Amino acid sequence: MTSTTIIQHILTGISLGGAYALIAIGYTLVYGILLLINFAHSDIFMMAGYFMVFAMAVMPWPIAIPLVIAVTIFLGVVIEKAAYKPLRAAPRMSIMISSIGVSYLLQNLATYLFSALPKGYPTISPLKRVFQIGSVSASLVTFLTPVLTLILVFILMYLINHTKLGMAMRAVSKDYDTAKLMGIKINQIISVTFVIGSAMAAIGSILYFTDRMSVTPFSGTLPGLKCFVAAVLGGIGSVPGAVLGGFIIGISETFLTAMGYSTYSDAFTFLLLILILIFRPTGLIGETVTDKV
Amino acid sequence: MLRSMTKKSTTLLNLTAVVVLVTLLYLLEINKNSFGMAVSILQKSVILSIVAVSMNLLNGFTGLFSLGQAGFMAIGAYITAIFSISSDTIDSVYYTSGLAPWLMSFKLGLDVFPSAIRILFGLLLGGVVAGLFAALIGIPVLRLKSDYLAIATLGFSEIIRAILSSPQMDQITNGSYGLKNIPGFAIESDFLPVGTGSLLVPFAIAALCITFMVMLIKSSYGRAFMAIREDGVAAEAMGINLLKHKELSFIVSSFMTAIAGGLLAMFMRSIDARTFQISMTYDILLIVVIGGLGSITGSILSAFLVTASKEWWLRFFDQPLITGGITIPLFRTGFRMVVFSVLLMVVVLFFRRGLMGNREFSWSALLSWPKRMPKAKKGANKRG
Repeated sequence: MTSTTIIQHILTGISLGGAYALIAIGYTLVYGILLLINFAHSDIFMMAGYFMVFAMAVMPWPIAIPLVIAVTIFLGVVIEKAAYKPLRAAPRMSIMISSIGVSYLLQNLATYLFSALPKGYPTISPLKRVFQIGSVSASLVTFLTPVLTLILVFILMYLINHTKLGMAMRAVSKDYDTAKLMGIKINQIISVTFVIGSAMAAIGSILYFTDRMSVTPFSGTLPGLKCFVAAVLGGIGSVPGAVLGGFIIGISETFLTAMGYSTYSDAFTFLLLILILIFRPTGLIGETVTDKV
Repeated sequence: MLRSMTKKSTTLLNLTAVVVLVTLLYLLEINKNSFGMAVSILQKSVILSIVAVSMNLLNGFTGLFSLGQAGFMAIGAYITAIFSISSDTIDSVYYTSGLAPWLMSFKLGLDVFPSAIRILFGLLLGGVVAGLFAALIGIPVLRLKSDYLAIATLGFSEIIRAILSSPQMDQITNGSYGLKNIPGFAIESDFLPVGTGSLLVPFAIAALCITFMVMLIKSSYGRAFMAIREDGVAAEAMGINLLKHKELSFIVSSFMTAIAGGLLAMFMRSIDARTFQISMTYDILLIVVIGGLGSITGSILSAFLVTASKEWWLRFFDQPLITGGITIPLFRTGFRMVVFSVLLMVVVLFFRRGLMGNREFSWSALLSWPKRMPKAKKGANKRG
């Protein structure tokens, strides 16, 4: 590989990693608060892709993007209220099954409504504009994704660490019951978590699919799994961890694909998961949690 | 009086039921041409009931959550297929790149045995390989919070699918073309009527597998599984080796799932990697949840009910429905699956116990049910 192609691949990798990071944030936040692997998150991401397809058919992108984000947030909150809230007191496995049920429902609903055939993803022309720096060329979305990811993460970190709402979120994730006793409105905090997660998933979906060209009812599954692995890799419950994990997975996947091992790039992600679970179960920057009896 | 049924009468009822069932199955299978739909539904149901029970063993009894069913089934299906396709037609199956020479010579060596032995060998080997993979995944993952098992197994099943269809595996799995010409269940013999075995064989294998799992659950291992499900820390304090028991449950479950996968290959006669997508795992979860987590008979019952309604009774959901000249707009391809996913959500949210809760089927409960309708709830909570 020449240095130009290496730089090209690094750029693609960072861009993919940025999209992964945004989705991974949704997993990490929900897991941090509800101790739930939100299997439906990958399908929220997929649905955001479809929303964009339909929104762009009737309106220009500056209106379509905020609308898609709003609709995705609505979907995320509705799922939380309908499928997870009634099960707060139930065993954790029930909520997990419920989230799988939602994922199954969204996939089947998408197949029913939009058919299983791939739908072409609309091109957002400014995002597709190609830039040439030296001998490296890339579209705007490639440069924009990591920058946007970092900006969003800084805002989110500020929200979590320096506002009252963030303090409440941290309290709930530290100790659910005590937080409740201290007068924190648990349900509100959980809704906020889903709002943030779904918004990030919607933005991630726009950035991800702009490079992919098409959406199918199952195109959320694999990226969703990878993003969960990214969250575990960085340390589940931690936002910077999710971002770090997202970038690591995005870059390594791009390089494996470039070297001709695209079949094994997915396998590599799960090898990473197994390795991290053996050697550092709390993730790269996660904190150690002691189990209380 | 009925409640205090003696052990003898229960045995008698069980025996009668088995005899009736075997006769019915035999009559159905030798008249396969007129009952084609029923036969294939029964075949599929009984195969899925093995997977459902093995998922229940892990999920309902041990409290672990594996989502790797499709992957383990794929392992079983491919291995069984490779060993059961007859060596004469194998070249037409692997028409692009041919079967790997080492595998071919191994297959030719096995040809001295009758085909039933070869198929059995394939099924068992599939189970063993799946069990080995389960052990390997289990060692790092089961030490930790069991949440990770769901993700690790889900990932595993996707990887297996990718690897099976990759071009590097062309000489073994025939890559993306899949395998065909897999023999069915029917026993070919000059003395038996055509079709004999097409139901009895899968039912017998399923009975064997399910009996094994029931015996495991009723043994001291099974009680340890349930202790782990209720409270891992307390179970450990009572001297139960957590990792060992979790591994055992996971390995047995994966082994049985792979056997069912092998049977599924024989049922479908041709397989490819797309058969074993994540939606297959979800379909099985649907069966287990509807049957009731922690009830073996519930899983079996629900495997038959769900399969029959999905493949047969509710087929009309996917066809356009026209009543009195008006086309009802909802009915079209895919609607059936939407109905099933809504049903799953309804069961998860409102009827968390499913059909059977954690009870098991018993004759006394069934016979006394009509008389005891108003009090059914009280008596039913007792474990049979």
